[in-house]
Amino acid sequence: MNEVKARSEKERYKPGVIPYKEMGYWRPEYEPKDTDLLACFRITPQEGVDPEEAAAAVAGESSTATWTVVWTDRLTDYDRYRGKCYHIEPVPGKENQYFAYIAYDIDLFEPGSVVNCAASIIGNVFGFKPLRALRLEDIRFPEAYVRTFDGPPTGIVIERERLDKFGRPLLGATVKPKLGLSARNYGRVVYEALKGGLDFTKDDENINSQPFMHWRDRWLYVMEAVNKAQAMTGEVKGHYLNVTAATMEEMYERAEFAKELGSVIIMIDLVIGWTAIQSMAKWCRNNDMILHLHRAGHSTYTRQKDHGVSFRVIAKWARLAGVDHLHAGTVVGKLEGDPYTVRGFYDVLREDFVPKNLQHGIFFDQPWGSLRKVMPVASGGIHAGQMHQLLHYLGEDVVLQFGGGTIGHPMGIAAGATANRVALEAMIKARNEGRDIMAEGPQILEEAAKHCLPLRQALETWKDVTFDYASTDTPDFVPTATPV
Amino acid sequence: MRITQGTFSFLPDFTDEEIAAQIRYCMSKGWAMNIEFTDDIHPRNTYWEMWGLPMFDVDDPATVMYELNECRKAYPNCYIRLSAYDNSKGWESLRLSFIVHRPTDDEPGFRLERTENWSRTQRYKIYPYATDKPQGERYR
Repeated sequence: MNEVKARSEKERYKPGVIPYKEMGYWRPEYEPKDTDLLACFRITPQEGVDPEEAAAAVAGESSTATWTVVWTDRLTDYDRYRGKCYHIEPVPGKENQYFAYIAYDIDLFEPGSVVNCAASIIGNVFGFKPLRALRLEDIRFPEAYVRTFDGPPTGIVIERERLDKFGRPLLGATVKPKLGLSARNYGRVVYEALKGGLDFTKDDENINSQPFMHWRDRWLYVMEAVNKAQAMTGEVKGHYLNVTAATMEEMYERAEFAKELGSVIIMIDLVIGWTAIQSMAKWCRNNDMILHLHRAGHSTYTRQKDHGVSFRVIAKWARLAGVDHLHAGTVVGKLEGDPYTVRGFYDVLREDFVPKNLQHGIFFDQPWGSLRKVMPVASGGIHAGQMHQLLHYLGEDVVLQFGGGTIGHPMGIAAGATANRVALEAMIKARNEGRDIMAEGPQILEEAAKHCLPLRQALETWKDVTFDYASTDTPDFVPTATPV
Repeated sequence: MRITQGTFSFLPDFTDEEIAAQIRYCMSKGWAMNIEFTDDIHPRNTYWEMWGLPMFDVDDPATVMYELNECRKAYPNCYIRLSAYDNSKGWESLRLSFIVHRPTDDEPGFRLERTENWSRTQRYKIYPYATDKPQGERYR
């Protein structure tokens, strides 16, 4: 790698084009400040492009630079506003891929605005030609910036207090089929699942207000089901009413109706965008509502390791923007999720302070100030027979969502819900008694099934179902090199 | 019906040994145990009556079991729950809460009342049948 030529002030601002490295964006001597926002990018330079130059270009294009020298820079305290690439290192085991660490001054970002941060850091730079691919791996938000956000309107602890449910994961299910049911039939699924033992049921991401079921109809039948299930169990229950709609005005209207009917929770989709998410977070804070975020669309940019944005960044933005629930992977289910990487996402959502941990894909220490915690949601291809693994990998502050694993039960939806609840409570009991649930899990479930026919049937139906595929989004750092 | 509030309501009622094992777990985490009782099982009835103060400095499950049995003797016609309180920063709330005594095996359940409202909306109200009677005379 080449030495950077230090240019004099006069030389630096001569009209024309000079390398980014020489414009002040490559700063290996720079010591990041506690108040800097730090980002780690994975860069794949085009053939023949010097990686330091590529990294400097990323710093430049995500902050003050344009392709040519402009004299108007000199009207500003330009050194403060430049993104500064302070470190670069090759990605272990990869040809021509580098991690580039960039520091940004806190004043580059509007306080309390996720969209502004996103527009800067994943703006134009991702289409920059000298790079073949670019991925934002992680961001360290300085505590001073974190504290400009309201964060989750409810948070894990207050959600538990409101629902009066402690000491175990919450249980949910997404109503299936997700498209085509009339509101009346839809409410039937909700009632059976909640009566059978689930805490929540859920609209799917793409159920809004279609010809076969208008949203108001769904709201009315669902709330009938929720209230009836509460009366049948003596427990607080909820259904995530998806208020996602074409405009903010319509979303507010749907949220207001959910409130009027006494729902404890509403839901939005990630594709509504950061501004709409923050608006709904504010609404929920003002209306004592839990906010569930379904991460619809994220896999288009989070899954491939070469290009896009890591989900850990999305999780951090979501916590800042202020959601109470976020889907973050199951490890054992049908959707992408390496155990270490998923652990990193869960830590981001649940911990007060997340230390750097490269094996979990966490590139920086992350303080969360006093921001509330987000309840992760595990959904997609999970069933009662995996309860010990789910509890082992995901812990107890999580919503476990068994959609097919409830509705597909041979004896019906309520039986499916009961099977899940019994399996869960039996596993929590065993864990608290000091038993090794990973070793004894199947045996614990068998014992519990002795007094629960629905669980016996569930274990029999899904006993061999696993989704054992290699993950694509895996950590680059392993404790010891594995000989092949 | 069976009220399914609390962490373990879907399992068969715990024996004293099983209750003590959960207390031991909570104590190993440094959480304070609290015994509460009520004869109003409405899900929004947050404040059950306290059987003394939370046991902050107790590290022997037998002490809690003794108090629990005293509470059972005094209030056999009430629900009794055990809760574990964690005072660590960022939590400062319950970590576990489960029913350890029920006044009857034949719980009467809840009435669901609907009131017609504007459009097709309903106002829902649920209340335990048992609360038709005054406090202290329920579940006898």
